[in-house]
Amino acid sequence: MSEFRELYQEVILDHNRNPRNFGVLEDANRFADGTNPLCGDKVKITLRVEDGKIAAVRFDGMGCAISTASASVMTETLLGKSEEDAQKLFESFHDLITHGSAGEVDKSLGKLKVFGGVSEYPTRIKCAILCWHTMKAALDGSQEPVTTE
Amino acid sequence: MHIQTAKAASNGADSWDLSRYAADFPILAQQVRGKPLVYLDNAATTQKPAAVIRTVSEFYEQHNSNVHRGVHLLSQRATQLYEDSREKVRAFLNAASTKEIVFTRGTTEAINLVASAWGRETLKPGDEVLISWMEHHSNIVPWQMVCQQTGATLKVIPINDAGELDLKAFESLLSTRTKMLAITAVSNALGTVNPLPTLIEKAHGVGALVLVDGAQLIPHAAVDVQALDCDFLAFSSHKLYGPTGVGVLYGKEAGLHAMAPYQGGGDMIRTVSFERTTYAALPNKFEAGTPNIAGAIGLGAAIDYVSGIGMNAIAQHEAAILEYGTAQLLAVPGLRMIGTAKRKAGVLSFVLEGVHPHDIGTIVDMHGVAIRTGHHCAQPVMDRFRIPATARASLALYSSRADIDALVRALSKVKEVFG
Repeated sequence: MSEFRELYQEVILDHNRNPRNFGVLEDANRFADGTNPLCGDKVKITLRVEDGKIAAVRFDGMGCAISTASASVMTETLLGKSEEDAQKLFESFHDLITHGSAGEVDKSLGKLKVFGGVSEYPTRIKCAILCWHTMKAALDGSQEPVTTE
Repeated sequence: MHIQTAKAASNGADSWDLSRYAADFPILAQQVRGKPLVYLDNAATTQKPAAVIRTVSEFYEQHNSNVHRGVHLLSQRATQLYEDSREKVRAFLNAASTKEIVFTRGTTEAINLVASAWGRETLKPGDEVLISWMEHHSNIVPWQMVCQQTGATLKVIPINDAGELDLKAFESLLSTRTKMLAITAVSNALGTVNPLPTLIEKAHGVGALVLVDGAQLIPHAAVDVQALDCDFLAFSSHKLYGPTGVGVLYGKEAGLHAMAPYQGGGDMIRTVSFERTTYAALPNKFEAGTPNIAGAIGLGAAIDYVSGIGMNAIAQHEAAILEYGTAQLLAVPGLRMIGTAKRKAGVLSFVLEGVHPHDIGTIVDMHGVAIRTGHHCAQPVMDRFRIPATARASLALYSSRADIDALVRALSKVKEVFG
């Protein structure tokens, strides 16, 4: 059991069972859609940014436990953060899931650190990062559809 | 004593059981993630027996040279081995002539070859190409592309909830406008075996040609293309225990003869000047450039290997494992089989309530069990069943009841995590 408990940590299983901030934000002023063409996962991120801060954020879509939990924890973490902090968190999260938690980990990641185990599963990194790329595209106002390709 | 003998038989020594041949496949002897490897991703690619690996390495160690050109000894040997392999493919399919056997990069290229070389010359607005809902993307996209280029229309035969072709709909879609029926013999995502003889007869009845995607058929059953009477049949070496990067297009000689070349280059010409080029005879007309020589020779070795066991014996073995696997998987709580056709071959596609297939795939991999998860390059099938993906276990001649048992044990671990 222990090997895959490192990937499927209790926090991940909990957020998969009970995703937070799930759905579409009706009064969003930033939004983007992301897809993972390899597996068909789809995610929609809607945000309301007020005075440079994320006042509300939701995610919608269907995916595996890793992608659902990643999006759920991401929305929890981003709430109340500035756009600049959100961009920094994206970089830190990207480092965490590609290099693992062995190296230097940004303390501001908080609960997101449970995804450190994903780095051991190269085929699953895209599952965890799709919602982040989509969130970044929404903040940047990108019109290009987001894919993990 | 009699009772003991019968018991021994039920413990795995059944006369149909071929799983002892797993010993011929060096890769299967390893451990992955600290567990014995259980390889159930054979619809994606099969493993290679030592005989195939040896043939490929012997070619590079002793005979490597280009084909159809040099006068030196190695070139003659390479050409002989390459053409011997073509003859093995011909005999394996019972084609009338080696002129009807074109080596390609695989099933995908074989289908693209026909879609381009036949379709672009022949199709015009008002014509129809008929495919089915259960096609692999490689038997959808090439036809979509050629229809866009020519103004022809792509029509799709629907499937029912069991994953079987809707034969009534097929007959109503068929008309004199139908110029090509491009149909899979066995669905890679569902395992459905299609009634080829009926489909081919009815398509010929309206004057349409028939291309059979044989990627999932050829590894699992004896095929006689003359009895089947298909116009084209495509398959890949790597799903038949041979090397990757090589496949076959079978085409009736008259049909291939009437087609324009697919790609231009060396080996496919008779004479070239800047004003005019004349093309080589069949099958070289369709083999531009240096082919995958070692791959084709390896495919020949793979055909020797499966012929030694017997395709009928392989079909019987896999049918028994499929039946056992179906019963064992259906006993797993919350498991739903996707693809429940009356006639199936080699594929167990399923979903587990409350667990995404990717999570199933990762957790069973932790137990050494390799299955495929995803849309299996058949997104319309996933849409039809309103699911994003399935988990798929797929069989080969070396698959055993023990492999199925290992999968079922690993699935119980999935339940423990997601419970």
